[in-house]
Amino acid sequence: MFYREAGQFKTSYAADQAIFPILQDRLFVIAVLAVAYLVIPFISTPYFLVTIMIPSLIFCIAALGLNVLTGYAGQLSLGTGGFMAVGAYATFKMTTMFPELNIVIVFLLSGVFAAAVGVLFGLPSLRIKGFYLAVATLAAQFFLIWLFNRVGWFSNYDPSGTISMPPRDVFGIRVVGSGAAPEVRYLMVLTLVVVFCLLVKNLVRSRMGRTWMAVRDMDIAAEIIGIRLMWAKLSAFAISSYLCGVAGGLYFAVYLRTVETIAFDVVLSFVVLFMIIVGGLGSVLGSILGAFFITAIPVILTRAPHDLGIPISVDMAQHLEVIIFGSLIIFFLIVEPHGLARLWQIAKEKLRRWPFPY
Amino acid sequence: MTLSFSFGLGRLALAAAGAVAIVVTGVVPQKAAAEEDAIFLPLTVYRTGAYAPNGIPFANGSRDFLQMLMARDGGINGVPLEFPECETRYDTAMGVECYERYKDGGAKGAAVFAPLSTGITYAIMELAPDDGIPIHSMGYGRAAASYGKVFDWTFTFPTTYWAQATAFIRYIAQEEGGKEALEGKKIGLIYHNSAYGREPIPTLERLSEDLGFEFVSYAVDHPGQEQSATWLSIRRDRPDWLMMWGWGVMNQVAISEAARTGFPMDRFLGVWWSGSEPDVRPAGPDAAGYKAGNFHSIGTEFGVLQDILEYVYDGDEDAARENNWGEVLYNRGLVNYIYLTEAIRTAMEEYGNVTLGGEEMRWGMENLNITAERIAEIGAEGLFEPIQITCEDHEGRGPVIIQQWDGENWERMTDWIDPMHDVVWPMYEESALAYAEEHGLEVRDCD
Amino acid sequence: MQVLFDFLIGPFFQIFEAPIFFVEVVIGGMAAGIMYALVAIGFAVIFKASGIVNFAQGAMVLFAGLTLVGFLQMGAPLWLALIATVVVMVALAYAVERVVLGPLVNQPLIVLFMATIGLSFVIEGFGELAWGSDVHRLDVGLPRGSFFVGDIMIDRFHLVAAGSAGALVVAIVLFMQYTKFGRALRAVADDHQAALSVGIPLRMIWVITWSIAGVIALVAGVMWGTQAGIQFSLVLIAFKALPVLILGGFNSITGAIVAGLIIGVGETVFEVYWGQMMGGATENWFAYVVAMIFLFFRPQGLFGERIIERV
Repeated sequence: MFYREAGQFKTSYAADQAIFPILQDRLFVIAVLAVAYLVIPFISTPYFLVTIMIPSLIFCIAALGLNVLTGYAGQLSLGTGGFMAVGAYATFKMTTMFPELNIVIVFLLSGVFAAAVGVLFGLPSLRIKGFYLAVATLAAQFFLIWLFNRVGWFSNYDPSGTISMPPRDVFGIRVVGSGAAPEVRYLMVLTLVVVFCLLVKNLVRSRMGRTWMAVRDMDIAAEIIGIRLMWAKLSAFAISSYLCGVAGGLYFAVYLRTVETIAFDVVLSFVVLFMIIVGGLGSVLGSILGAFFITAIPVILTRAPHDLGIPISVDMAQHLEVIIFGSLIIFFLIVEPHGLARLWQIAKEKLRRWPFPY
Repeated sequence: MTLSFSFGLGRLALAAAGAVAIVVTGVVPQKAAAEEDAIFLPLTVYRTGAYAPNGIPFANGSRDFLQMLMARDGGINGVPLEFPECETRYDTAMGVECYERYKDGGAKGAAVFAPLSTGITYAIMELAPDDGIPIHSMGYGRAAASYGKVFDWTFTFPTTYWAQATAFIRYIAQEEGGKEALEGKKIGLIYHNSAYGREPIPTLERLSEDLGFEFVSYAVDHPGQEQSATWLSIRRDRPDWLMMWGWGVMNQVAISEAARTGFPMDRFLGVWWSGSEPDVRPAGPDAAGYKAGNFHSIGTEFGVLQDILEYVYDGDEDAARENNWGEVLYNRGLVNYIYLTEAIRTAMEEYGNVTLGGEEMRWGMENLNITAERIAEIGAEGLFEPIQITCEDHEGRGPVIIQQWDGENWERMTDWIDPMHDVVWPMYEESALAYAEEHGLEVRDCD
Repeated sequence: MQVLFDFLIGPFFQIFEAPIFFVEVVIGGMAAGIMYALVAIGFAVIFKASGIVNFAQGAMVLFAGLTLVGFLQMGAPLWLALIATVVVMVALAYAVERVVLGPLVNQPLIVLFMATIGLSFVIEGFGELAWGSDVHRLDVGLPRGSFFVGDIMIDRFHLVAAGSAGALVVAIVLFMQYTKFGRALRAVADDHQAALSVGIPLRMIWVITWSIAGVIALVAGVMWGTQAGIQFSLVLIAFKALPVLILGGFNSITGAIVAGLIIGVGETVFEVYWGQMMGGATENWFAYVVAMIFLFFRPQGLFGERIIERV
């Protein structure tokens, strides 16, 4: 009833190929964007922006990246943290070498380095599959972290190897570093997320996306129908690592502002993998939902006892949070193995039929 | 079909509830249920995770001291204190969340943050000046932050890793019979491969050039469960002395391995974060002879610890011991907040006995001057040394002691050793000015 | 040129100059490898029976160790504490089967893998909640100290570790080959549906598999705990076991031992002779890189079952 497509006729190929062919979808996306751009920056506290919105949005990009690789191209990777580290260190090196360079361009370029590294570590995927590949990508994770730790050049020879983001302006507005307003940082990240979501959404509907999915579903069959496996897999690695690299740069520059390599620990790779599994493999919407879910839940759970006035000690709260977080993941996997994105689809089905049961 | 319908809606409701919860917690401004006029001192602690064994005693020491002040004096000069704990798990992102959550707490915002992790210190140092909250990284964090002309909001008193490294070398020289005797000696460093562990390396490299000893370093990656290769290398190189900048399980494994491979324990020197009870507990008696640095004294005979026993634990020593009373890291947590409460008293002399915010607290820290008489008054005679902070000197140039594990207890074994300030201060300045340059900061005039 | 010499030839000179030290390095590496293998066997057992990569194995090691220490601290004698811990691990296996695996039957393996990660959070949170986050000294009377054979230092504890790993493997192999459950287990490993159709109770088999993994976790916990105390970071040793697993082949128990030795010796020798030149701490990635290069040539690992693909 609320979500009825009846009466919406597509009269041109262009209309048929639109990203959001249904009017309600278009309205919904516009509404979400309007809220994100016009409402949230004005009503939220800086706390909300800094601890939930900004990291969630940054993880959206990383989750998108991993989803391209794992969800669309079917290559399981645990090297996300390493690729994000490449992006972060590339951002730092570029912005300290060329302080005049617009920081947004720096972010976009830093992904290129991550993409190159990603292709290199994607080579084993030509021979190795499944979990063997996942563990092999851990080689990237551990090696890259070691490298950044080891080579002083990457941190401009800082005595402790920590990198911190100098302040940078875009069009006279401070966007990163000391003095950048949370609202500005939020809007910048949000814009990047919107751009990348549209790009990825289009990419997976393109020839390249269909190639990836063919490889995911059965690579031998894909090869037989004339898909070049090497090209398909490596392009997935490149684009995935590009997105992870940009996310890493933002994670460093916009969110934490100062990092040491341990921030890109293997735990981060798992966190991003959680996001796409809980959100939904092979779904752009799933990446977004998963990123918000996995980022926000621990914060909420940690604060819940305090906010609700339940007097338990912080360590007890933390243990409970870990248990509840783990249980929630298992719960979601049991209830809906296809992730939150699938829940959203079910919701749309319900809305279409409502108030009739079927 | 109906069944699946209701099931579906149930799941939807769940998702919706989650979304609402996110929005509610975030958007509605949250004020901690605070006493109106309390000074707000959030304690960032880590009582869980891989580093919890070291985090728990420290957190208990800080908490008990503040509780004792509330029970005995009702606060400081009649102004109550509020000190909620926030769990960081020694994780930088969680530490930043704690900071954001508590920076505006209480009546006038957080007075000061003691982040209790080098990683979190680095992260918050970038944020705090914007929010007008001072940072106290006591014996950890960025050593160069001692240079107050650049880092006006960060304080490192009483001493830093760099200073400690020089104090160690001075101690070794003393044991070897003078600085000249170091010539040709081999001194090793086994370190946690992180920002924290790498802090002393430039200092030690510098000293090795100046004094002519050979410096070798051994990195151990987080977490450091398995160090057999590292210790084989150490066995091959046979350094005359070995220092350790370790943390968490790395300490315990290293100390056990040292005992196992027969490294002379009394030539094995740990940083102050590698010298507490949990670090030597798994090795136990095998670790006897192991030494560690410290910037405060150990034991329970101090008046302030006795006051805690009386006011917090009603004289029940067993209960107190269960809360790590008198352990090395417990005393450190306590000393941390003695410093900070003294800074509050200093600020009150200027601003009156009112609730203090970050701005006033910073003034108090910068003008902190704890004299020997004052230390005796607090009941901490011998626990730590007098200290004076100035606009330029945010470190206070505190001295260091060496303590030794006898198999069951830590015993203080040396008098106060002065670090080589003439070596480290030019390094602070150089590093701080480089940071200022990179970040476009102005260098303050302190005259 | 000098760099090339240092890197390619120098280390071999060092080896020839001090052959006894080299032997010690190899022995040290083997000891480390045995310790990794102890963890890896637990993974292999579960993978063999159900195709699941059980990420919670590390958490199970911690949990088993904590439980054992907990019982010991309550004053139980060692044998009782060991039995009680085994009972707890079997109960855990049963609960895991009921709550996690049962409902997820027939889901893609990645979903099961993620579920075990969730499980690992639950187990570690629960373990810490029940037994505290402190570091516990574990002394079950295993010999400590070392003795010399000629000029070579040998650690008694390493001998015990090697002995227990060997005994464990023999016990598992015997169990698999000569008991009814063992045969059923192998049948399940070969083909779930075929096993079900001949009346093998699949769920029960899974409980048994996870119980075996629990006991292996206990052995690993005792070994690692004796070395460095029982504490939270035991969870992280899973990352040391993963390269061993892929090198050995996920489903091979002997593979885990052989690969453990290869990786232990490889990373130790590399760290001692080459790592120092590169600034040290190379162990973490070296194991993975070796495993990765190896997989180029044998994608199923050393002893893994050959992967046959059909369209």
